[in-house]
Amino acid sequence: MTDNPNDLKPGFADPIAGSQDAFRGLLAAMSYPGSIHRVHLPEGHPAPLSAATAAVLLTLTDGETPLWLDEQADQGAVRAYVAFHSGAPVVDDLATARFAAIAAPRTMPALDRFAPGDPAYPDRSATLILQIEDLEGGETVTLTGPGIETTRTVAPKGLPADFWAQWDRNRMLFPCGVDVILTTGDSLMALPRTVHAEQEG
Amino acid sequence: MNAETQNSARDHTNNPAPDHTNDPAHDPGYNFAYLDEQTKRMIRRGLLKALAIPGYQVPFGSREMPLPYGWGTGGIQVTASVIGADDTLKVIDQGADDTTNAVSIRKFFRRVTGVKTTEKTAEATVIQTRHRIPEAPLREGQILVYQVPIPEPLRWLERRESESRKMHAYAEYGAMHVQLYESIARFGRITTTYDYPVKVADRYLMSPSPTPKFDNPKMHMNPAIQLFGAGREKRLYAVPPYTRVESLAFEDHPFEVQEWDDACALCGDDKSFLDEVVVDDAGTRMFMCSDSDHCRDRRAAGHRGGAEGAAAEALAAMTGGTDDGSNKDRAEDWAKDREAAQ
Amino acid sequence: MYVAVKGGEAAIDNAHAYLDETRRGDRSVPELAIAQIREQMSHAVDRVMAEGSLYDPDLAALAIKQAQGDLVEAIFLLRAYRTTLPRFGYTKPIKTNEMAVRRRVSATFKDIPGGQVLGPTFDYTHRLLDFALAADPSRPVKAVPETAEPLRPDMPRVTEFLNQEGLIETEDAPAQEDDPAKTADLTREPIDFPADRATRLQNLARGDEGFLLALGYSTQRGYGRTHPFAGEIRMGEVTVSITPDELGFEIDLGDITVTECEMVNQFQGSKTKPPQFTRGYGLVFGKTERKAMAMALVDRSLRAAEFDEQSGAPAQDEEFVLMHSDNVEASGFVQHLKLPHYVDFQSELELIRRLRKEADEQQRRDAVKEAAE
Repeated sequence: MTDNPNDLKPGFADPIAGSQDAFRGLLAAMSYPGSIHRVHLPEGHPAPLSAATAAVLLTLTDGETPLWLDEQADQGAVRAYVAFHSGAPVVDDLATARFAAIAAPRTMPALDRFAPGDPAYPDRSATLILQIEDLEGGETVTLTGPGIETTRTVAPKGLPADFWAQWDRNRMLFPCGVDVILTTGDSLMALPRTVHAEQEG
Repeated sequence: MNAETQNSARDHTNNPAPDHTNDPAHDPGYNFAYLDEQTKRMIRRGLLKALAIPGYQVPFGSREMPLPYGWGTGGIQVTASVIGADDTLKVIDQGADDTTNAVSIRKFFRRVTGVKTTEKTAEATVIQTRHRIPEAPLREGQILVYQVPIPEPLRWLERRESESRKMHAYAEYGAMHVQLYESIARFGRITTTYDYPVKVADRYLMSPSPTPKFDNPKMHMNPAIQLFGAGREKRLYAVPPYTRVESLAFEDHPFEVQEWDDACALCGDDKSFLDEVVVDDAGTRMFMCSDSDHCRDRRAAGHRGGAEGAAAEALAAMTGGTDDGSNKDRAEDWAKDREAAQ
Repeated sequence: MYVAVKGGEAAIDNAHAYLDETRRGDRSVPELAIAQIREQMSHAVDRVMAEGSLYDPDLAALAIKQAQGDLVEAIFLLRAYRTTLPRFGYTKPIKTNEMAVRRRVSATFKDIPGGQVLGPTFDYTHRLLDFALAADPSRPVKAVPETAEPLRPDMPRVTEFLNQEGLIETEDAPAQEDDPAKTADLTREPIDFPADRATRLQNLARGDEGFLLALGYSTQRGYGRTHPFAGEIRMGEVTVSITPDELGFEIDLGDITVTECEMVNQFQGSKTKPPQFTRGYGLVFGKTERKAMAMALVDRSLRAAEFDEQSGAPAQDEEFVLMHSDNVEASGFVQHLKLPHYVDFQSELELIRRLRKEADEQQRRDAVKEAAE
């Protein structure tokens, strides 16, 4: 692991306005599941994180939010970036993580291995950031649920093969369950645990 | 109608002069939107979880604010956590922009954010409210922030949080139906008129904050984002856009909203929520729209109510000033209309 | 410095000298004048007068100075002085209808005849420390703009507007109104339960603001809910008058400042009463709005039995509330625990030692028995 300061990428040019802007993207994404929102992180970010993944980490994590990184994301430059800009403690035990940044979602651990919260405190659940190949161009899925007037179709590309089956089981845990943010480049969409997904065919 | 009384009412009161200062920059003595970034992050995380679990009350580390608890600290913290320099903020209390507490909160945000403020529902990107939902339909992307005094709908049945939390965890809401049914058995109707409990997304029982039940149907499948902040009780909750919000009812006693025998004395609307105003010592009452922006819009579109002359003028004065100068234009239009009518 | 409790006369004198030195603080800082406290700490003065049950701003200011700003101590000083005063007679009931109003607001109507009058209030101030006040003590005071018209001298009551429609309970003046001497006087006779409303209100008016505040708050959070609306709050000056027997006609003694709060509470009706609004009442010396509002909430809660709505909440328990509201009594008894109690304690020590010894012996016997089995 390297901690070469040359690897340290800058965060938001203006941390206050930058995180506010990114948060509003996230707020809209979580409010209107499946809708795509862009974030602005023009100053660069450490590989292999996408701009959107980095922006979410800067916006939502800090010393109070244990963070789990998958093998792909767990790079020296990422750790240095997180340590400097966010301060989130990086944890090995994924069940204790409040956030997870996943750079290789196809091989990620099952959703049910992350904290689903407790029936009395379902908010104490993990938010997973899945950095996928593309928010579009994958297998078409029809979403329904709160935040969607009738239906919305999405086609994220690069999810685990059985993701939607796993998602169905996650939804059955309601009010418990994990929430997912999908990112590619500087774009993101959210899947709150309430979303019902129907695969084509 | 005693015009003198009304004039004196305006002079000393509740209707401070419109503040036209629209300082583009915020007070450099404070962080943008007053809260520190750590606090905003904590609230932002809470809001995202609140949206993911519609109607569930997320505990949060509410901070001391420079306005007192019970006066909107929860709503203020939510607004402070979502607002950005490009936003246009509207603040209402009892439906009106010119009520003292709304004026105070708007002034606070102008000072600590420098954002543009408006009285027009359609122009606002963020609307902070106490006790009302605007009459004008909201649209996608708009954020409605409610100030909530008692977030727990079960509080009047079970005052202990340790118990009500369990009831929410297992959706044990039978007691609430029993309570409503008791009031039907006794009065022939459900006697709850405000803070009327709702079921959100078919799961959580939620307090709509003490809005009159008149406003409950507006929460259902609303395109806007509805966020709720209870500062003293340290809870956040949310109703995502396009979410089912059902007022509790029974098959033989469906949910009903208030109706008035009167119409607004200014704009003639008989569909909006009306405030009762005592206009003289004999106790003469007049009714006017609680939503001052809605009432002005209707008047601008040519609608008129029963009040005439000095009475209309005095009542119109009560709907207050704006901070965008448009009120002056409207007042001039109004004066011209009156001249033409005479 | 520790001093043995016995033979502590010199120690007490020394402690009091020390106290006086603490009161004065750094002598390079000018000493506070009574008039400064009276004029610039008027809310503290008002609270001390209210809970001290003595309307005298100068004496209250003196008490605050002497108590070094400890208001409960100052209230105690004023009460102790009050007991030494002779009683000349009984004033007529004050007429808050005729108050020279400085503030009058209602939360139940957007506007009302006479207007919403904010007056001097902390409401709607943003609680941001004003450092300019520290930096420049001679800063000119903001001018109060002249109002276009003077306020109405006969400010109508908001509850009267509800009364016109019969929507609110009416209150008959108690029979003793004509002869104020017949009103129970808590300073002369102990409280008797159940207490009548006038007695309860008297107790609450003298009661500790913090205690009433917490009780009033508890009713809002579900411990004896009363569905309150602030019907009207008014603050200003009222005339105090008396009819001396030797004169046979009324004379005015002067004006006092009071705060009055009328809460309008929901009531869904009972077997004997139709649904209507009911009232909670608060009246306190001085500019004491928080106290008057809390008092009105607690007054209404204490009427729970009258309306068949008891739920066992603390604020509805007359004996609990009235017996614990007085901060001079409470402060004295809580703090008396500092007094020597070693004779009683010695008896307890002896008892605990004996019980432990017996328990120990029993255990040993049990262990032997168990081993034998």
